[in-house]
Amino acid sequence: MKGEEMTSLERVLTTLDHREPDRVPLFLPVTMHGAKELGMSIEEYFSKAENVVEGQLRLWKKYQNDCINATFYAPIEVEAWGGEVIFSADGPPNSGRPFIRDPHQIMDLEPPRVKETPCLLKVLKAITLLKERVGDEAPIIGIAVSPFSLPVMQMGFDKYFDLMYDQPSLFQQLMKINENFCVEWANAQLEAGATAIAYFDPVSSSTISSREMYLETGFEIAKRTIARIEGPTATHMASGRCLPILDDIAQTGTAIIGTSVLEDLTHMKTVCKNKLVVLGNLNGIEMRRWTPQQAETKVKEAIEKAGPGGGFILSDNHGEIPFQVPDEVLSAISTAVRRWGRYPIAVN
Amino acid sequence: MEHLVEKLEQALLSIDRLSARRVMEEAHAGMQPMAIAEKLLVPVLERIGQGWEEGRLALSQVYMSGRISEELVDTLLPPGHAHRKKQPRLAIAVLDDYHMLGKRLVYSVLRADGFDLLDYGAVNVETLISRTKADNIQVLLISTLMLPSALRVKEVTGGLKKKGLDTKVVVGGAPFRFDEQLWQEVEADAMGRNASDAVAVINNLGGGVS
Repeated sequence: MKGEEMTSLERVLTTLDHREPDRVPLFLPVTMHGAKELGMSIEEYFSKAENVVEGQLRLWKKYQNDCINATFYAPIEVEAWGGEVIFSADGPPNSGRPFIRDPHQIMDLEPPRVKETPCLLKVLKAITLLKERVGDEAPIIGIAVSPFSLPVMQMGFDKYFDLMYDQPSLFQQLMKINENFCVEWANAQLEAGATAIAYFDPVSSSTISSREMYLETGFEIAKRTIARIEGPTATHMASGRCLPILDDIAQTGTAIIGTSVLEDLTHMKTVCKNKLVVLGNLNGIEMRRWTPQQAETKVKEAIEKAGPGGGFILSDNHGEIPFQVPDEVLSAISTAVRRWGRYPIAVN
Repeated sequence: MEHLVEKLEQALLSIDRLSARRVMEEAHAGMQPMAIAEKLLVPVLERIGQGWEEGRLALSQVYMSGRISEELVDTLLPPGHAHRKKQPRLAIAVLDDYHMLGKRLVYSVLRADGFDLLDYGAVNVETLISRTKADNIQVLLISTLMLPSALRVKEVTGGLKKKGLDTKVVVGGAPFRFDEQLWQEVEADAMGRNASDAVAVINNLGGGVS
């Protein structure tokens, strides 16, 4: 197939096999930009599955993206638990005041049933419709926040640290509840037509947890959870570092690791070789003020460092492109990956 | 002093409250409470903050170190104690968000250094401006996690100027770490890259605070 045009799915599967496809795949995690395409507010856009389907299909064609993001917004999972979601005109919907206000609530906490929860059913409907339209041409990526990271939205980060250190039995109880929910949610998305699940686990990142703490907590939780998810997973640290725990992450059963812009791609690629596919790591925050020329330079640099040998997917470092990133920058990234990402890599 | 700094750092990173308290008691035998805060606790928290900056330490360790240090200082200098630092008048807030961790980290470090400061919690632009004015705040610390909130700091700095206030605004949080020009774009006076930067930033701004 070398030198021929592959479908996005073929390109990604070859990459997952740690071989060189026709070119470096591009995963642009554009979510809110669908609202711009449809000329509606972010809140209206996410209110209906059909909007997200139409938005994603337009973005897929516009940027010749190699994946479809079935993601709505991260706090949809706390919405499912009865938590508050705050919409804004120019950013991702945000989780509101945490719904676990006293750790003892954990004793009586019941996870939502996925197939009885309207906001989750809306996502499943979008995945089903996307699968009907896209077929096997491109992978459809679902998302599940890890059981270990969900409590940041469920109870607030500081209270969650306090729980971990001061009330270990309640922490374990919360993990048990969250693991069951995460598995049910991920598998429902796979059943609806998602090709793979992005397992978002920023609390496991070395930015947040020491390796010692990770091995006792996020690592064991990921191993148990990922083993029960009935499809491929990509672990994402949402801008957090992961180099010190890469060998451990590889043992959790995940296939891909999303890497931070704080880490060097050459180093990442060397450590991950034949173990994990490297996804990343364009700086989404800075991207807002890039020129198209700067975007091309950044893409070239990333491809030069991580492209050779396959096993690399070009993406951002956070897992969601900010609403403020202009279309011309996204187009420049898309054009650059086509220009410089063809195998064999020859960026100079 | 260096051996105390190392012993305290080790105790904090091991979340060993008992050992941390013993180090403080050892220091207290020959030092005044405020000197302990400034010469022992703050240098340790700065080392820990630097360790996080360099990717050697984790935020969980930074958080617990700050929390324990704050508890230790509270036993030496209870809130409102006459020796606590009252100047410059400080306040801290999270803008348009419920992600409180960054604010909590900075709050702990400043209290560990003996500062008394107002905590506005999570507030919007209008509330932040009016409370800053009402409390005659000299240095306002704003923590953000999301990019839109970080961009909205410009409305705060603009609003303060419009009201004729010369409050210094210090920003911190992920968007400012990932885009090092952003603090200037939103017209802040300074940014902190990590929680323990706050002490140095406030001391540096001190000269400009009237």
